[in-house]
Amino acid sequence: MAVATDLRRFAGFRAMTVLCLVVLYAPLIIVAIYSFNASSSITRWGGFSFKWYVDVFTGPEAPKFRQAAINSFAIATGAALLSTAFATAAAVAMSRAGRFRGKVASLALINLPLMVPEIVTAVASLVFFITIGFTTGLMTIFIAHIVFCIPFAYLPISARMQGVSDIYEQAAMDLYATPWQAFRLILLPLMAPGILSGFLLAFIISLDDFLITNFVKGAGVETLPTAIFGSVKQGIKPNIMAISTLLLCVSVVFVTLSWIIGRAGQSRK
Amino acid sequence: MAGVAPPGTGTGSGIYRGNGPRLMLPVWAFIGIFLVLPVLLMAVYSFLTKEFRGGVIWDPTLAAYDKFFLDRGLFGDEPPVIEWTYIGIFWRSIWQAGLATLFCLVIGFPTAWFIATRDVRTRSAWLFLVTIPYWVNLLIRTVSMKFLIRDTGPLNEFLLWTGVVDGPLGLVNTNLAVQIGLFYSYLPFMVLPIYAAVERYDFALSEAAADLYAGAWTTLRLVILPVVRPGIVAGCILVFVPSLGAFLAPDLLGGAKTFMIGSLIEEQFKGAAGNWPFGAAASMILLSIVLGVLLLYARSQAKGAR
Amino acid sequence: MAQVDSSGGIGIAVDVDDVVKRYGTLTALHGVSFDIRDGEFFTLLGPSGCGKTTLLRCIAGFEEVSGGAIRLHGEDIARLPPHRRQVNTVFQQYALFPHMDVLANVMFGLLRRGWTRRDATARAREVLALVRLADFAERRPAQLSGGQQQRVALARALAPGPQVLLLDEPLSALDLKLRQAVRVELKQIQRETDIAFVFVTHDQEEALTMSDRIAVMSDGRVQQIGTPREVYEAPVNRFVAGFIGETNLLDVAIRSVDGSRAEVLLPGGRPFACAAAAPVAAGPGHLSVRPERIELVAAGEGDLTATVRDHVYLGTDIQLHARLADDEAVVVRIQNAAGSAIPERGAEIGLKLEAGAARLLTD
Repeated sequence: MAVATDLRRFAGFRAMTVLCLVVLYAPLIIVAIYSFNASSSITRWGGFSFKWYVDVFTGPEAPKFRQAAINSFAIATGAALLSTAFATAAAVAMSRAGRFRGKVASLALINLPLMVPEIVTAVASLVFFITIGFTTGLMTIFIAHIVFCIPFAYLPISARMQGVSDIYEQAAMDLYATPWQAFRLILLPLMAPGILSGFLLAFIISLDDFLITNFVKGAGVETLPTAIFGSVKQGIKPNIMAISTLLLCVSVVFVTLSWIIGRAGQSRK
Repeated sequence: MAGVAPPGTGTGSGIYRGNGPRLMLPVWAFIGIFLVLPVLLMAVYSFLTKEFRGGVIWDPTLAAYDKFFLDRGLFGDEPPVIEWTYIGIFWRSIWQAGLATLFCLVIGFPTAWFIATRDVRTRSAWLFLVTIPYWVNLLIRTVSMKFLIRDTGPLNEFLLWTGVVDGPLGLVNTNLAVQIGLFYSYLPFMVLPIYAAVERYDFALSEAAADLYAGAWTTLRLVILPVVRPGIVAGCILVFVPSLGAFLAPDLLGGAKTFMIGSLIEEQFKGAAGNWPFGAAASMILLSIVLGVLLLYARSQAKGAR
Repeated sequence: MAQVDSSGGIGIAVDVDDVVKRYGTLTALHGVSFDIRDGEFFTLLGPSGCGKTTLLRCIAGFEEVSGGAIRLHGEDIARLPPHRRQVNTVFQQYALFPHMDVLANVMFGLLRRGWTRRDATARAREVLALVRLADFAERRPAQLSGGQQQRVALARALAPGPQVLLLDEPLSALDLKLRQAVRVELKQIQRETDIAFVFVTHDQEEALTMSDRIAVMSDGRVQQIGTPREVYEAPVNRFVAGFIGETNLLDVAIRSVDGSRAEVLLPGGRPFACAAAAPVAAGPGHLSVRPERIELVAAGEGDLTATVRDHVYLGTDIQLHARLADDEAVVVRIQNAAGSAIPERGAEIGLKLEAGAARLLTD
C-alpha cells in the first residue's frame, strides 16, 4: 500500500534545524568547556579544573567583577520592578480605559525604545544627560534601563491582559466590589503570570545591556557587560569564560522560570 | 469549552474609563523625557557647530551633513564632489545587515517550520532550545563566537587537525566574521515570529493544494509562503534593524576595514577625536533609514490586513 | 436590605421609566418603560441587536443611561455604579473567577457586603445546596461541566440576596438537552427564592415556557408586554406575530370595522370576520393565522384554495407548504394521527381558518 505523504514534511528541514541549533549552541558550549580548562594557555586543553571559577571569586580581578555584578543585579532588579509597574499601568490603560487622547501615540511611544537603534539611544542619552547637567553614574544607567525595559515588560503583560476578559471585573462590581477591590482581587491575580514574565524579561534585558550602559555609565562605574567588554578588549582570558558560563546559567534559569510560569498561566486560563 | 475566557465586551467595566492618561503618565514621562527629548536634542545637535574635544557650539550650520555627503578637499576650498567614505560605511552596513537577514531566513524558516510541525509536547522542548540563546547575554555570545573562530581558536585547531586547512583561517577582522557575528546574534529573532505564523497555519490549505495536484515545493511556494508572509516579514525586520546599527559584532569580530555605522557613531562621542554634530547627523540618517523600513513594514501589514 | 417601598408603588421591584441609551449617533434604546413586579419571572425577548442586553446592562450598571430613570423599589439607581446596586447578574458566559474555587466565588459578593467570613461561608454553602452543588465547593470553575458552572453562577448571584436577579442568556452556552432540564430547575429556584428575575433571551421557546410575563423587543423599543399566552395568541403587530412562533401573514383588504371586530376580504376574494389587534380603518391589512389553526378541507371548500408544494415531516406533526393562487405561501401543520390523509404534492386543497384564532394586524 502506498503511504500517504506527510504534507508537513520537507526534505532537509530537519537538517537545517539541527544546523541552526549547532550554530546557536556551539560557541556557548565550547566556551563553557574551556572555562574548566586547567591550562592558562586558553586554547590548549590542560585537564579539568575549577581554578578559573575560583579566580573569578578570589583572583586579582575579583573585586572589580564583584562590584560590577552587584551593580548589574541591583540595576536589573530596580529597573525591572519599575518598568513592570509602569508597563502594567500602561496595559490597563490600553485595554481597559476605553478611548482617551493620545492612545494611539501611546502605543507608539511604548514601542519606541524597540524602534530607535540602540546606538542612537545610547549616544542620545549620553548627550542628553551631559546637556542637562546630570552626573553620569548608577543613576543614569538606572533611568536608561527603565526606558528600554518598558516595551519588553509591556509585551507579555498586554498579551495576558488581552486574554483576560473584562467580564470578570464586571462580575466583581456586580457583586459589590469597589473598583480598587476589582483590580486587586480579580484583575491583578489573573494578570499575575503576564506580570511575572514581564518582570523576568525586563530583568534579563537589563542584565544583558552593554551598549547603552557603556555610554551613560560614567567613569569608574561598571556593570558586568561593560566590565567583561573592557576585559575582552585586552584579549579573551579564561576567567572571562568562567564568568560567561555563570551568566549563561543565570539566563537558563530565567528562561526555565518564565517558561514554567507561562505554562502555569496557560493551564489556569 | 469549560473555563475559556469569554470575549470581552470591549466597553470596559467603566472602572478605568477616564483614567487612561493618568495610568499612562509614568510611561509618557519616562520615555518622553529620557528618549524622545534626547533624540530631538540629537536632531538639533546635528545642525550645530562642533566644539573640539566633544560638545557643540550653538551656531546653526549644515556642516555635519555637508561633511557626511560632500568632499570639499583637504582645505574645504575645492568644488564639492560626493564623499564616498561615510556613504560607503552606510552601504556596507546595509549590505551586511541585508545579508545577515537573508542567511537568518534561509536557516530560520526551515527551523521554525520544523518546530511548528512537531507534536505539541516535543514542540515546546524544541522551542525552549531555540529560545535559550535569545536570552543569553549578547556580549557573551559574541565573545564566544570570537573565541571559537579566531586563528588560535578551537575551530581553526580542529580544521588543522583534520587537515582540511593547513594554515590559520584568518577569519577574524574580516567582513565574513562580522557577517557570522550578525547572523549568530539575531538568528533567534528570525525563528520566533515565523514559528508563531506557522503555528497558526491551517494545514487544510496544504491538503487542498495537494488535492489540486501541487507538489510539496509548489505548495510551499504558492500557498505556505504567502500565508505565513507576515511572520517572515516580521522576522526580517527584527533581524535587519538591529543588525544595521549593531556595535558588538563589528567591534569585536571586525577590524578597520569592516567598519559599520554603529562604530562610526560611537567614535564621534568617545574620546578626543569626537565630533558631536557629525555623530548626531549620522545618527539621524540611521534613524531615518530604520523608521523608513518600519514605515514600509507597517504599510505592508496594513495592506495585508485589508 | 429591607425592601423599602415608598414612592415606587407596592410590589414593583423594578420600574424602568423612559430609558434612553445612545452610543454616539446610534440609539440603542428609544425610551423604554415597564414595571417588573416582586417575585415575577420577567423576560426580555428579541432578536440580537434589539437592545435587550443593553437594557439589562443598564439595570446592572455596566452601561450609563442617556436618559430616563431606573427605580429599584422606588429608589432611582440609574446613576449608581454597579457595586452600589442591589442587583446581581448571571452572565452569559458565567464569568466565574477562574483563580478562585466555587466557594470563594459564591462568597465574593457576601464579603464585599461586609459579611463575616464565617457567616459568608455558611450562607454560601446554603446557596450551593439550593443549586445542588454542595459537594463541589472546593473545585475550581475549570473543573466543572458547563451545567455546573451555570449553577455556580446562579448561586453566586443569589447569595447576597439581590432585590432583582438579572440573567443574560444564561442557557445559551448549554447544549439542547441540558438547556431543557435547566429551564425547569431555574423556574423552580425562582419560585423558591421569590426574587424577581429579569431574563434576557432570543429563544422564544425559552421565553414562553418560563416567563410570567414577556416584553418583546425590537429596534430598541418594547413591542408588546404580556403573558406568554397573550403575546402568542394576541400579537399586536407583524413583528411579534412572526418572532414568536410561526405564523402565516396573509395580505387582506379590510372592508368594514365594528369595534375590535373587522370583516376582511381574503386572497381569493372570500370574506372573513376576525379580531383586530388595534383600532383599524378600511384599507389593506395583514391577517395572522398560526399554522396549527388552519384546517384542511376539500378543494373548493373553506376560506382559501391552495396548491400543495411540499411536506416536511416533523414526527408529531406534518408541515404542509402550500401556495395560494397569487403565489402567496401558506404553511399548515397537521397532526400526524392515525388516518390523517396527507395530500399529494401538486394537489388542490381547501383551507379553513379557525375563526377565533386569526388576528388582523396593520403594522
